[in-house]
Amino acid sequence: MEPILRSELLTPWEPGIFSLVLFAAVVLVLVGFLLFISAWLGEKSPNPDKLRPYESGIIPTGSARLRYPVPFFLVAIFFLIFDVEGAYIFSWAVACERIGWAGWMQMSFFIAVLLLGLVYIWQKGGLEWGPKKD
Amino acid sequence: MSNWIAGFIVLMVKIAVVLGALLLSAAYLVWAERKLLGRLQVRLGPNRAGKFGLLQPIADALKMLCKEDIVPSAADRVIFLLAPAVVALTALLMFAVVPFGPPIVLWGREVPQVVSDINVALLYVFALSTLGVYGVALGGWASNSKFALLGGIRGAAQMISYELALGLSLIPVVMMAGSFSLVDIVNAQAEMPYIVFQPVAFAIFVIAAMAESKRIPFDLPEAENELGAGFHTEYSGMRFGLFFIGEYVHMQVLGALTAVFFLGGWRGPLLPGPIWLFIKIILVALIMIWIRGTLPRLRYDQLMALGWKVLIPASLVNILLTGAFLLV
Repeated sequence: MEPILRSELLTPWEPGIFSLVLFAAVVLVLVGFLLFISAWLGEKSPNPDKLRPYESGIIPTGSARLRYPVPFFLVAIFFLIFDVEGAYIFSWAVACERIGWAGWMQMSFFIAVLLLGLVYIWQKGGLEWGPKKD
Repeated sequence: MSNWIAGFIVLMVKIAVVLGALLLSAAYLVWAERKLLGRLQVRLGPNRAGKFGLLQPIADALKMLCKEDIVPSAADRVIFLLAPAVVALTALLMFAVVPFGPPIVLWGREVPQVVSDINVALLYVFALSTLGVYGVALGGWASNSKFALLGGIRGAAQMISYELALGLSLIPVVMMAGSFSLVDIVNAQAEMPYIVFQPVAFAIFVIAAMAESKRIPFDLPEAENELGAGFHTEYSGMRFGLFFIGEYVHMQVLGALTAVFFLGGWRGPLLPGPIWLFIKIILVALIMIWIRGTLPRLRYDQLMALGWKVLIPASLVNILLTGAFLLV
C-alpha cells in the first residue's frame, strides 16, 4: 500500500479518492432529487385519520416509544465486542502470509479466546430468545 | 487542463453508466421477482402494463412519485424524512468499489473499469453496510408506530448479527488475495475462482448476505403477517420507493460482491467483463428470489441461533484452517 500522492489526488483518470467523492456527490444529488420531487409532486390532503399510525385499523393507544427489550441491547453489546475483534483479525489477514506461523499461532490463541467468550455468553443464556425453559 | 476535463468527462460518463445500469436493473429486478414469484405460486404476476408487464416498473415509479407523502402526526419529522435516503444512499455508494472489467484503453489513456479502487475497499463496503442499519432502525423508530418500531429493532439486531458472519466469512478471501482492494481480489482469481477453495466461506457469505438484505427466510423486520410492513409501515410515496430502491440495489451489490469474492468477478470466457459480472449478479439475485419463493420464514430465536451459534463459530474456524493451509 503506497501513500496517496498529492498530484494523484485530483486527477480524474485514477480510480481513487476523487472519483469516489464525485460518485458520492452524484448519488447524493440523485437521492436528494428523488426526495425533493416526491415532496413536491405528491398531492397534499392531510387529515387526522390519515396521519395516525397504522395498526391494522385499530386506533393506537399510548406512545410507540417503547423501551428497547434487553435481549436486543445484549446483541448490540456482543456485536461491538466481536466487531472490534474482527477488526484485529482483518488487519492480520492482509499480512497473514508475510508473518507466517508465528502470527498464525498468536491469531489462533486470539480466536480461541474469542470462541471461549462466545461459548461463555452462550452458556450464560445471552443468546437465548423467548421464554426460559426450566 | 484539457486533459483534466477529458478525464472528468470520461469519469462522469462512467458514473452515469454505472448508476443508470444499477437503477434500471433494480427496477427490472422488482419486475423479475414479481413475475418469478407469481410463477412459483402458480399465478401470472404483473401482465397488464405493456407486454409481459414489462412497463410495470415505470408505472410503479410514476405512481410512487405522484403519491401523497404522508408523515404520521407524532413522527420525528427530520429523521422520518431522511431514513429512507440513508438506506438508498448506502446501497448505491457500495457499488463504487466493485470492478466490472479490465482496464480499457481510450485515446491512448488507460481507463479502469471501476469507479474507485481504494486500498480499503472491503472495509469501505462493510462500513456502508453497517451504516445502512441506521436507515432501518431510525426509520422504524421515527415513525412512532408500534409495528414500525418492532420492525426497526428486529432489523437492527438481525443486521448487526449477520454483519459479523458476513465480515468473518470474507477474511479467508482477504488472506488468499493479500489485499482489501476488490480489484486485487478479482485479479488474484485469474486462475481459479475462490469458490473452489472456500466453499464454506461461500455458503456462510451467501446466507449472511440474504439475512443482510432482509429477505425471506430472514425477513423478520418486515414480516407482513405480524408487523404490517415492519419498519416501513408508515412510509408512502417515493420515500417507500427509496426503501425499495435500497433493497434491490443492495441485492445487486451483494450479488456483485458474491461474484467478486467467490466467482471470479468479471472474469469469464468469451464475453466482455461487464456482461459476465451482470450475468453473475443476476444469477445470485435469481437464486435469492427462488429461495424466497421456496422457504418459509424463520422464527426469531432460530434466526439469531443460526447467526451466532452456527455461522460465527464456523467462520472463525474456517479462518484458522485457511491460515494453516496457506502457510503449509
